Amino acid sequence: MDILNAFVVFANFVLLPALTYGAQLALGALGATLIHGILRFSNFAHGDTMAFGTAITILATWVLQAMGVSIAPLPTALLAMPAGIAATILVVLATDRMVYRHYRVRKVSSVTLVMASLGVMFVMGGLVRTVIGVDDRQFADGARFVFTAAQFREWTGLTETLALRSAQVVTLVTTAIAVIWLQWFLKKTRTGKSMRAFSDNENLALLSGINPERVVVIVWILSATLATLAGVLYGLDKSFRPITYFQLLLPIFAAAVVGGLGNPLGAVVGGFVVAFSEVFVTYGFKKVVAYLLPAGLQPDGLLQLLSTDYKIAVSFTVLVLVLLLKPTGIFGGKSS
Amino acid sequence: MKKYLIATVSCLVLATAAHADEIKIGIEMGFSGPIESLTPPMAQAAELAIKEVNDSGLFLGGTKVVAVRGDETCIDASAATATGERLVTSDKVSGIVGPTCSGAASAVLTNVAIPNGMVLISPSATSPGLSTIDSKGLFFRTAPSDAREGEVLAQIMMDRGVKTAAISYTNNDYGKGIASSIQTAFEKLGGKITLSAPHEDGKGDYSAEVGALSSAGGDALVVAGYADQGGSGVVQTALDTGAFSKFVFPNGMWGESLLKKFGKQIDGSFGDLPGSDSPGAAKLVEMTKAAGINSTATFVPETYDAAAIMLLAMQAAGSAKPADYKGKIMDVVNAPGEKIYPGDLAKALKILKDGGDIDYVGGSAVEFIGKGESAGSYREVQIEGGEMKTVKFH
Repeated sequence: MDILNAFVVFANFVLLPALTYGAQLALGALGATLIHGILRFSNFAHGDTMAFGTAITILATWVLQAMGVSIAPLPTALLAMPAGIAATILVVLATDRMVYRHYRVRKVSSVTLVMASLGVMFVMGGLVRTVIGVDDRQFADGARFVFTAAQFREWTGLTETLALRSAQVVTLVTTAIAVIWLQWFLKKTRTGKSMRAFSDNENLALLSGINPERVVVIVWILSATLATLAGVLYGLDKSFRPITYFQLLLPIFAAAVVGGLGNPLGAVVGGFVVAFSEVFVTYGFKKVVAYLLPAGLQPDGLLQLLSTDYKIAVSFTVLVLVLLLKPTGIFGGKSS
Repeated sequence: MKKYLIATVSCLVLATAAHADEIKIGIEMGFSGPIESLTPPMAQAAELAIKEVNDSGLFLGGTKVVAVRGDETCIDASAATATGERLVTSDKVSGIVGPTCSGAASAVLTNVAIPNGMVLISPSATSPGLSTIDSKGLFFRTAPSDAREGEVLAQIMMDRGVKTAAISYTNNDYGKGIASSIQTAFEKLGGKITLSAPHEDGKGDYSAEVGALSSAGGDALVVAGYADQGGSGVVQTALDTGAFSKFVFPNGMWGESLLKKFGKQIDGSFGDLPGSDSPGAAKLVEMTKAAGINSTATFVPETYDAAAIMLLAMQAAGSAKPADYKGKIMDVVNAPGEKIYPGDLAKALKILKDGGDIDYVGGSAVEFIGKGESAGSYREVQIEGGEMKTVKFH
């Protein structure tokens, strides 16, 4: 029983939150890493692109709700997401046409592109705040829980309890589908293969007749879709506020760098590495350990490595460690 | 130039001479700045008390009282000091009701009131830090210190059988102050605070914070934050994960949005709010309503009381000089004597004139403790069926 209790506490406060957060980071990092792999720059506007996609999705959700459309127990936002994705694709393609292409044809160094993306980030952030404002928005509807903490306690009769929220399930399932589809797309389809070829060696790809502008358009479409997906899932699970999405930029890039920039599978693993490190070092393991150790060895302290105030520092530390020890990331990607 | 000076001086002398039977009371409040929406009804309440005294004609042998307003800005200490200087040196006030914000109050107290020997009665500065300044008997407040709320809340928790608790506080001066005062008071009563950790307002995710609080454990979770901010995020996450089911809410959490968001989910949670059941409070609501003042606004009773106490102390001393009446303030406010409620100021002036004793109760059931700050009355509330119920008054 004690071992079960220990596991339930662990699952409730570490495993589930970290898995969900990791999946959201993974989707964000996938979008950022694709841009880096093909267009060869770190897109600082990615966090605000996520915010834009989410903002449009929220507006569409309100419209659907006003019309009485519902897919309960699932959140209406899932139904509204195509609108958000479409709008985001249009915006990033317009940005590419107006900003990045100008630099791309001149073959500027990637630092110039990074700085350009910083400018895009500010414009995008302003756009989001104009569209929906700076306030906190809760837009999750439908069933909030798959099972609540009280229900779980009733079923199992354990002292400790566990709650599973629908947003967590939706996040994990959606992420799994998106990652598997993307792998299939990149490995098996002609377009995916041409993208990988372009990423590996641009000149060779051009020689073999791959149309670079088409590859660029496709990578923006994929990146915008993944950004909206990540943003909406994060917002459903937590809440939407433009500034929070801007702050997600750091853990997202930490995840992408950990996995190796430009490596999609690496980005997914990186997302989970960053999420689990954040939750692990700030969680107090007192309760878990108390169940596992005999009565005489009970811990007095919280067994917490870092106070929760320092949560944001964890992704910084992970980023610095990876850059110092293995700049190409765990799975090897482009040197960041 | 010389002529001009002479003219000015003689005018001033004439003006002073002509109004020898008139004294001035400064009303220094944050008329601009972060609490600018709170101060207009407060100033009106002070002026209401002054009008009541003037109408009686009994004050210091028929002396009239004139109110002079000054802006303290709430956050700019040097502006508050300059306004205080102006009230004392050029308006020549006999006492100041205010300042309203804790920061401004400590600046005006140390830079203006103490050097000039001026009496300040603040209706709303609640920082515990103000109790530690050596004010030479010049500073009083009709609002209780936040340290007092911690004591009251700790006692309520003990009475309700909460022996251990975790605290999550909003990471600012208010949050830190109230969290440490609850912890000190609770541990003095034999309780145990398992963890006192801050939360940042405006974050999307509080699962890490709640995870740490949950490992620390406790009978209840004290959330010292704001209902529209991180406070409700912490409550939401604690409910979702089943970490805590009983919550203790200090003053800052009791907003409409708390009940709207959580309703029945937080049944059995409790906390405290400033408030009193004294008949004076109801009487003052009637009076302010009749005078067209927003009667439910915060700190209105405290401000009425501050002005009334100042004038009654002058009457008791038979003088409007701060040095003479500052010693009378405690006598006027505390027992023994006849209880004085809002609207009874004429009666109080008469009793004091005849050499009697009064116990000023006023609209906020004021009772001075320590160096002269309100003991404060608090309303113990709990949530039942998603509604806020008043249990009793402390």
